[in-house]
Amino acid sequence: MLEIRNLHARIGENEILKGLDLTIPDGEVHAIMGPNGSGKSTLSYVLSGKPDYEVTDGSVSFDGADLLALDADARAAAGVFLAFQYPIEIPGVANMTFLRAAMNAQRKARGEEEISTPDFLKLVRAKAPDLGISQDMLRRGVNVGFSGGEKKRNEILQMALLEPKLCILDETDSGLDIDALKVVAHGVNALRSPKRSMLVITHYQRLLDHIVPDVVHVMHKGRIVRSGGKELALELEESGYAAYAQDAA
Amino acid sequence: MPAVQETVERVRAIDVDQYKYGFVTDIESEKAPKGLSEDTVRYISARKNEPEWMLEWRLDAYRRWLTMEEPTWARVSYPKIDFQDYYYYSAPKAAPKSIDEIDPEILKTYEKLGIPLRERDALLGIQREGGSKVAVDAVFDSVSVATTFKEELAKAGVIFMPISEAIREHPELVKKYLGSVVPVSDNFYATLNSAVFSDGSFVYVPKGVRCPMELSTYFRINERNTGQFERTLIIADEGAYVSYLEGCTAPQRDENQLHAAVVELVAMKDAEIKYSTVQNWYPGDKDGKGGIYNFVTKRGDCRGDNSKISWTQVETGSAITWKYPSCILRGDNSQGEFYSIAISNGHQQVDSGTKMIHLGKNTSSRIISKGIAAGHSDNTYRGLVSAHRKATGARNFTNCDSLLIGDLCGAHTVPYMEAKNASAQFEHEATTSKISEDQLFYCLQRGLSQEEAVALIVNGFVRDVLQQLPMEFAVEAQKLIAVSLEGSVG
Repeated sequence: MLEIRNLHARIGENEILKGLDLTIPDGEVHAIMGPNGSGKSTLSYVLSGKPDYEVTDGSVSFDGADLLALDADARAAAGVFLAFQYPIEIPGVANMTFLRAAMNAQRKARGEEEISTPDFLKLVRAKAPDLGISQDMLRRGVNVGFSGGEKKRNEILQMALLEPKLCILDETDSGLDIDALKVVAHGVNALRSPKRSMLVITHYQRLLDHIVPDVVHVMHKGRIVRSGGKELALELEESGYAAYAQDAA
Repeated sequence: MPAVQETVERVRAIDVDQYKYGFVTDIESEKAPKGLSEDTVRYISARKNEPEWMLEWRLDAYRRWLTMEEPTWARVSYPKIDFQDYYYYSAPKAAPKSIDEIDPEILKTYEKLGIPLRERDALLGIQREGGSKVAVDAVFDSVSVATTFKEELAKAGVIFMPISEAIREHPELVKKYLGSVVPVSDNFYATLNSAVFSDGSFVYVPKGVRCPMELSTYFRINERNTGQFERTLIIADEGAYVSYLEGCTAPQRDENQLHAAVVELVAMKDAEIKYSTVQNWYPGDKDGKGGIYNFVTKRGDCRGDNSKISWTQVETGSAITWKYPSCILRGDNSQGEFYSIAISNGHQQVDSGTKMIHLGKNTSSRIISKGIAAGHSDNTYRGLVSAHRKATGARNFTNCDSLLIGDLCGAHTVPYMEAKNASAQFEHEATTSKISEDQLFYCLQRGLSQEEAVALIVNGFVRDVLQQLPMEFAVEAQKLIAVSLEGSVG
């Protein structure tokens, strides 16, 4: 699914990714943990094609294609989805309108027919209640006036509707209380499939109790410094990141 | 709704290029000699077979115009206009007597614009569910070439015809109301218009009549170097209601074209007038060359108690826009509204807004203005809200939002407020924002293209105003917004 080789990336003069290697096979859920400033969010932006991030070396292959050669919207259409740490507000654009526009844009890019209104409504009605998303939230402007938890649930709804191949969750647990966390985790788990891979970025082991990863990686100073099974997350919770920082140094 | 769908499809089909309507119809036309003099005024009046009083009215305006100076207070800059370098009258040769005589070239042009000129076409094209219809009075350059649905309107007692005809057929109405809202000497451009106006629409809705259909006029400027000076006069008598739509497109060309229209609305007691405009004149090319100079005076007079006038405009075209649709709230409890979307891209300059003049008691007004500036353009909102000392209980709410796209454009808000009555309540809200990189990236990450993302964000920004437009226009306007912002990012 995803193969990252020796990835170097910077923003301005600041090199943040310094030779990162990571492989995520089909259907696997990988977690990336690490201290602030280790480059976790940068990785998610570089993979999703945010402008301002410049790749200076290395390669990213996604389903055999060169991901870095694609624009951000083409990456989305190819199946890369980023659940934002801080979802963006778009006033005046109804959430439903946005969801449908996104869906149709991706379909168009893939040469598929646009979804009909009844089919779209059916789909939303099937997926929204599980995530506790009300009609009111669908009518309101995108993320406008949403609580932190509502924003995160809205991200997962988008993910459920767009059915991406690779889901990148950037600190989806931040700002969530335990109940909200469970709803979100449930939504994410419902999307696990042998054909879908996930990259879960988090500070805390807590999220990984609910979204159990196949592999856990520790990131530090722009590289993966250690990888292991899900128990690695527990170990990190005990000992903190300091030890790994030293090992890496 | 197949008919509506057809209209929508037609609008879509036209939306191919950045400026979609840049074609010139090749027909012979008849022009007044270049330049402006008493002779030009006489020529125009004679061409229209006008009565003597109308000629005198024009000549009086012309003489006043000679003593006036071009205003310079607007935040726009352009080379000095040589008023002697324009043609002030241009008509297709051999004025048609019936629809079958209309030059096929003109019919083709309208077809490209999606205007169903033939009555039959209009019926097929725009008739909506529930049987409501749109009557089209099409202005081709200076002459109204066809008026549709005339008979049906006549049945309701509504007069809807070119103003040149109204001058001959309903002189008592024209004499009574023409210049009663925008006086002959109101301002430089209005006075010029009074002298040389060529044609426009005249609407009279009699007492207690609700106009059975929405009235619509399409203006086009086709002839090279032709100043176009429409004159529109709409009167809603006591308890009457009328909704009027005005849509504009013009062929692309290099020379700047002068346009100075005057629109006068009169609402008597308990009457209501809704006036909607989608303006899409040629804005000039990407270097700012060419484009229409649009100096318009639009004003409504809420003359009777409980009357209401509502202006809704979507402005996307023209190189220079100088336009302030206003309401005089004379009758007690009268209401004025102004909903505006003004989009500027490239090198366009927009100075637009409104005036709400509160004279009567308990009058209220509402202003919602959305300015969007992209490219190298400048976009100014200029508004006046005033309450006369007798205007007890006057209320106004103003909301001016500006959206900037890119960092080479400018948005400006110039609100004036004058309250001479202590009980007046004026509220003003203004915001200026930018489409953020984060918003764009969020949309792109969900699969929208750069241009789809901008259109979506902008449509969200203008939603409050779009909701005020009649449905067919809202669809058209939404398309237009997307088209006029093409190439504004990245």
